[in-house]
Amino acid sequence: MARIIVVTSGKGGVGKTTSSAAIASGLALQGKKTAVIDFDIGLRNLDLILGCERRVVYDFVNVLNKEATLKQALIKDKRCENLYILPASQTRDKDALTFDGVEAVLTELKEQGFEYIICDSPAGIEHGALMALYFADEAIVTTNPEVSSVRDSDRILGILDAKSRRAEQGLEPVRQHLLLTRYNPQRVVDGEMLSVEDVLEILSIPLLGVIPESSAVLNASNKGVPVVFDSEADAGLAYQDTIARLLGEERPLRFVQAEKKGFLKRLFGG
Amino acid sequence: MSSQPSLKGSSFTLSVLQLDNRDAEQAIEYLAAKIAQAPNFFRYAPLVVQLDGSEHQVDFETLKRGIEALDMRIVGVTGWQHEALKAQIHGAGLATMQGGAATSQPTPSQAPSSHANKDAQTPARQSAMVVKTPVRSGQQIYARDRDLIVLGAVSNGAEVIADGSVQVYGALRGRAIAGAQGDTEAHIICHNLQAELCSIAGSYWLSDQIEPDYWQQPALISRSQDALQIETLQI
Ligand SMILES: Nc1ncnc2c1ncn2[C@@H]1O[C@H](COP(=O)(O)OP(=O)(O)OP(=O)(O)O)[C@@H](O)[C@H]1O
Ligand SMILES: [Mg+2]
Repeated sequence: MARIIVVTSGKGGVGKTTSSAAIASGLALQGKKTAVIDFDIGLRNLDLILGCERRVVYDFVNVLNKEATLKQALIKDKRCENLYILPASQTRDKDALTFDGVEAVLTELKEQGFEYIICDSPAGIEHGALMALYFADEAIVTTNPEVSSVRDSDRILGILDAKSRRAEQGLEPVRQHLLLTRYNPQRVVDGEMLSVEDVLEILSIPLLGVIPESSAVLNASNKGVPVVFDSEADAGLAYQDTIARLLGEERPLRFVQAEKKGFLKRLFGG
Repeated sequence: MSSQPSLKGSSFTLSVLQLDNRDAEQAIEYLAAKIAQAPNFFRYAPLVVQLDGSEHQVDFETLKRGIEALDMRIVGVTGWQHEALKAQIHGAGLATMQGGAATSQPTPSQAPSSHANKDAQTPARQSAMVVKTPVRSGQQIYARDRDLIVLGAVSNGAEVIADGSVQVYGALRGRAIAGAQGDTEAHIICHNLQAELCSIAGSYWLSDQIEPDYWQQPALISRSQDALQIETLQI
C-alpha cells in the first residue's frame, strides 16, 4: 500500500520544502519508489531544491486541467533512480487544485506502483494547504523551536484531526509525526529557543527527528542537491536518521546537545 | 408512578427560522437547500419562525404549506409585536410564542434537535461530554447543558465551553468558559493551569490576573458572590 505523507506546518519558511526534498530523496535512495508533489502553486520551489528546474515542461496544474498526462509531467530525478517530481506551476492560481483532480492524480500514482507520495504543502491554512493534507495517511509536522511556529503546528494538528479525509470519513486518524527543524542547541541553553522537551510537551505527538540549524542546508539548496546527500553535515545525517525512523528503524537522537564546554569552564563552572 | 396526565413547564432546543425580509418563498427555498445537506436531521423536525418585530405582512399560509411540504413542522411563531400580526398568525392555525434567546443554530453533527434539556421542577441530568483527544489551537468545543471533560491538553488558542463545569486532565493553556448560560455553581478544574482566560458565569480572569502561586499547578476555580476564587487541587 502506498503511503501518502504530507509535509506541513502552518507557519511559512520553517523548512517544509527542504524536508520534503530530503525525505523523498532519502526514501528513494533506500529503494522505495517515491513521488514528491509541490502543492505550493505559484511559488514553485521544490524543483529548485532538487536541481531539476530546467527540466520542467509540464506541471501539476497542467495535469489537473488535463493539458498533460501525469506521465508527461513527472520528472525523473537524475540522482535517484526511484524518485519522481511533480512540480508546481509558477503561473497558475491555486484554485486549480480541486478535490477530484488531486484525488485522481494520487490514485494514478498509486496505480503506477509508487510506495511513497510526499506532498510538500504551502504555508498557511488556506486552500492549498488543505488540499495538500486532505488525502494524507501521515503528516510530518515541521516545526521550528519557537513559540509562533509551535502554535501554528498545533493549529495544523487540529485541522488534520478535523478536516482530513480520514477524519471526515471516520477512518483511522492521520498518523502524526513531529519534525523539529533549524534546532540550535546553544540557543536552547541560552534560553532563546524552546527545547525538544518543551515542544513535545505542548504538541504531544511522536518525534520523528530533530534537524540542526546548519549552513549546509543553504549550500545544498544553492547547488540543487538535497542536504541528505551531504554525509559530512549534521543536517544531512539528521535527515538520514529521520528517514530511517520513518521506515521503522529505531535511532537515537543526535545533535541536540550544546557543544561541550572547554576544560577550564568545566573546572570552574560556566 | 401516577397515571394522571400532568402539565409541566419544560424547555427545548429548537431550530429557529429567522424571517427578517418577510419573504415566505425565499425562506422556503433556503430551508430546502439546508435540508438537502442533511435530510434525516431535519425530517419532522420542529421549527420556530422568528419575525423581526416590524409591521410588514407575511404570507403565513404559504410559509406553513411550504414548510410542511418539506416535512418540517412549525411549532410556533415568535417576534411579532403587533396584535394584528398575532391575529394573522392564529388565523393561519399557528401558535404564537414568546421569548427564546437565540443561540447559534444546531448543526447535524450535534445532538438531536428537540430533546428536553431542563425540567421546570426536576432538572434533567445529562452526563458529561468527554473529549479524548487534545483540543488544538483554533478549535472550539461546546458542551451544551452539561459538563465538559477533556482528557488531553487544551492548547493556546483553543476554547472549551460548557453550560456546566469544565475539567481538563491535561494542561489548560487556552480559554475555559464554564457556566456559559449563567450557572454560578459551575467550576473549572485542571491539572496544570496556564489558561489564557478562565470564566465562570461571566466573571473572568485573564492569565495575568491568575495568582503566580497557582500557575502551572493543579487548580480548582469556582465562583463566590461575584468574584472568582482559586484553590490548589490536593490529589
Ligand atoms: N536546518 C536548517 N538549517 C538552516 N537553514 C535552514 C534549515 N532548514 C531550512 N532552512 C532554510 O530556511 C529557509 C526556508 O526553508 P524552506 O523553503 O524549506 O521552508 P518552507 O517551510 O518550505 O517555506 P514556505 O513556507 O515558504 O514553503 C530556506 O532558506 C532554507 O535554506
Ligand atoms: Mg516550501
